[in-house]
Amino acid sequence: MEKRIVVDPVTRIEGHLRVEVEVKDGKIVDAFSSGTMVRGLELILKGRDPRDAWAFTERVCGVCTTVHALASVRTVEDALGIAVPPNAEMVRNLMFCAQYMQDHVVHFYHLHALDWVDVVSALSADPVATSQLAQSISNWPKSSPGYFSDLQKRLTKFVQSGQLGIFANGYWGHPAYKLPAEVNLIGVAHYLEALEWQKEIIKIHTIFGGKNPHPNYLVGGAACSINIDENNAINAERLAYVGRLLDEAHTFINQVYIPDLLAVASFYKNDWGAIGGGLTNYLAYGDLPTNGYSDVERFKFPRGIIMGRNLNEVIPVDGKDPDQIKEFINHSYYDYSSGVEQGLHPWEGETNLNYTGPKPPYDYLNVEDKYSWLKTPRWKGNPMEVGPLSRMLVGYASGRDEYKEVIHYALNKLDVPVTALFSTLGRTAARGLESILVADWAKEFYNQLLANIRNGDTRMANNEKWEPATWPTEAKGVGMTEAPRGALAHWIVIKDKKIDNYQLVVPSTWNASPRDGKGQRSAYEESLIGTPIANPDQPLEILRTIHSFDPCLACAVHVYDEKGKYVHQIQTF
Amino acid sequence: MTKQTTIYDEIREKGHSRRDFIKFCGMMAAMLGLEHSAAGQIAKALETKPRLPLIWLHGQECTCCSESFIRSSHPIVADILLDKVSLDYTETLMAAAGHQAEEAMHNTMEKYKGEYLLLCEGSIPLTADGVYCCIGGRSYNDIIQEAADGAKAVIAWGNCASSGCVQAASPNPTGATPIHKVIHGKPIINVQGCPPIAEVMAGVVVHLLAFERIPQLDGLGRPKAFYSRRVHDTCYRRPNFDAGLFVESFDDENARRGYCLYKMGCKGPSTYNSCGVIKWNNGVSFPIQSGHPCIGCSEANFWDNGPFYRRLPEFPGFGIESTADKVGVALGVGTAVGIAAHAITTNIRKKKLIERGHCEPEESNT
Repeated sequence: MEKRIVVDPVTRIEGHLRVEVEVKDGKIVDAFSSGTMVRGLELILKGRDPRDAWAFTERVCGVCTTVHALASVRTVEDALGIAVPPNAEMVRNLMFCAQYMQDHVVHFYHLHALDWVDVVSALSADPVATSQLAQSISNWPKSSPGYFSDLQKRLTKFVQSGQLGIFANGYWGHPAYKLPAEVNLIGVAHYLEALEWQKEIIKIHTIFGGKNPHPNYLVGGAACSINIDENNAINAERLAYVGRLLDEAHTFINQVYIPDLLAVASFYKNDWGAIGGGLTNYLAYGDLPTNGYSDVERFKFPRGIIMGRNLNEVIPVDGKDPDQIKEFINHSYYDYSSGVEQGLHPWEGETNLNYTGPKPPYDYLNVEDKYSWLKTPRWKGNPMEVGPLSRMLVGYASGRDEYKEVIHYALNKLDVPVTALFSTLGRTAARGLESILVADWAKEFYNQLLANIRNGDTRMANNEKWEPATWPTEAKGVGMTEAPRGALAHWIVIKDKKIDNYQLVVPSTWNASPRDGKGQRSAYEESLIGTPIANPDQPLEILRTIHSFDPCLACAVHVYDEKGKYVHQIQTF
Repeated sequence: MTKQTTIYDEIREKGHSRRDFIKFCGMMAAMLGLEHSAAGQIAKALETKPRLPLIWLHGQECTCCSESFIRSSHPIVADILLDKVSLDYTETLMAAAGHQAEEAMHNTMEKYKGEYLLLCEGSIPLTADGVYCCIGGRSYNDIIQEAADGAKAVIAWGNCASSGCVQAASPNPTGATPIHKVIHGKPIINVQGCPPIAEVMAGVVVHLLAFERIPQLDGLGRPKAFYSRRVHDTCYRRPNFDAGLFVESFDDENARRGYCLYKMGCKGPSTYNSCGVIKWNNGVSFPIQSGHPCIGCSEANFWDNGPFYRRLPEFPGFGIESTADKVGVALGVGTAVGIAAHAITTNIRKKKLIERGHCEPEESNT
């Protein structure tokens, strides 16, 4: 007999996600992922000034703040034929890297760690043994017995207060938790340290973009002018501040995040290195240009597609080809004027909502019909996984040495085969491994920025096409980037100086979307198949795999219709 | 804050003496493998009042408010969460999910009825029976009504909860509605901004805890401590405005000298916020300092008051176009081009407003 489990809300994510799974004989046999919130930003953008679009789309997500702003300014620059100055490219790269480092660390400790770390178990750790363990895996200085002892007392006091706050009703003591008490205590210590560190690294956004979350971007470059002889501009003090933050981030990632990741992984590798692999196709748009955005070959993150886990071939992807990327709505609450069965390229994208789900309050979704506010994107009809694992695999398959080096380092350290990458744990590990690369690259970009200024180039914005009078009557553009959660692209159609159509196809739409008309599942749903469920009342295993994707649902859902009328469906479960 | 039942109270109510209580704490310390001195700490924790219970809800939003909150430098957020409050429901950080998460919320709603604080991030979609935002199979409107019912007070985080923000921008397809238009009969504090500044968010919580009262609010429900000054009036580039020194295009010579961004569309003259005083991310910078005009994110309907790069005077109702272009003349004319400024204001009037710490904005529509 199949039993249906509903997890809603899925917590420790951005946005509103609901997962329904069917369990038979202790394993998941089917899964349904649903986005349950919609705002309608694409429609709101119609008729507005294209130069403003970055601010609207940036508000798609406050967790991966900046990524939509970057995609948006690139989209407009692509449509209008604007090349940004080298300094603006470096500033954008530095903001990109700061976002990655902050976002990945926050994901690991604050959104994902509690799936692996049992906080209550940490209360029984031996502080001396914890200290010895911590010092054996890292040079991080906060590792004395006294440090862990003090922390344990603080935690004990917190637990004894009876008010467990964010830890209330967790799955503590669940049989799937396997870490020794000492590793759990290290995890809790670094949970708190990471919480404090993350507010530092994002100051790079504040220096260049004025604030975080939601720093400012600019079509044509960056708004922060350079003037090394002026108090009111990017000068030596501002740059030194950035340099210090990059050094600290490099240390935190290499001395805290990575050792913890490998320590946790070593206890879970045998099961979770084989669970949750899901799809076998991987997509990355690539990013971090070093010679202008048109020179894709010199991106730090290469662009490409891997099909069927064949790491011997990287297939090119073209966002402008009308036959490659299309969005389908077979199981999404929308209508297309050309009918439900046909997919649409984003330049032709439509946003006509048709809510046919159950009227709230409801117990189950009608998964036979439409069941999500997410559309279903496909590349040449294929479902694709996007995110850190895709980026690492595309880099690896592209033959880049630095990718091979970090991947082999981790595989050797954990003593697992390459196939372990295709798993829940592999996805989580890939996020850490690319953080190592990003922390290194950020220093390269910083040095390049300093070198440019030293050589006398202080340009930060290209204003040639700033005035709408210089624009053509009609223009189309695509802006691609790699958000921390995966491949992100915006498509724009500009008519008469205004936005005529604006579409976003975002990472969590690729990963979290409902199945397509052929019944092909997207990444979340596919990855849950076969996952063991020890206790149907405590969905810890579901959270592990879903969290390994780092869900970001506000990103995934952004279309609407004001005439959406609910039609009651007969409950089929 | 009214006295709440602590574990110590419960022990005393059950007929045990204080001596029993101290012994219990000692045993507890021993059981947990702690030194005996920890018993005193446990006793102190148990007999002091409970940490303020909080329920943090998410409607239509992007989680930038939660992200901003964890950027707080004083107090740092770990200290807030462990020592000052009990964040009993937050979809962003809580360990539990699904039924266990909902149960945690209901436990707090029952146990601390009338005492917990409700924090709301995001707007409420009212169109189509609320199907545009559902959590646990229920509409967000349904959930927030229930949670607000037993709350002591409500904090509306950010522009979404205070005035609808981006999803309420024209044509507001989902009927995105701010908290104060839906929740009635409770004190509501609108902590504006997209997002609000981290230290302002923490500052509002600290105000409630330290002074045990709702902060003084302006006409739009914003705490006066943080929203009584225009960005324009607290901007370090203000002398450039007064002297008629303006950036004419991005990255021009004047931009590199840090001149005033008014002509680039700066909304500082019509925006009330702490950006010029507290600044962002522990005082590192703020938008204008980093060369970008203020987009007015702490004001209602700022998305529809654009385009962002068009200077304010081109809007109907503003009468200072000529003054900004004429060096010197600007000095004698008011710059309160704000949201309520239908009449020409004078420097004298503005001086009075500043002296009173008074602002008089109003929502332009919705």
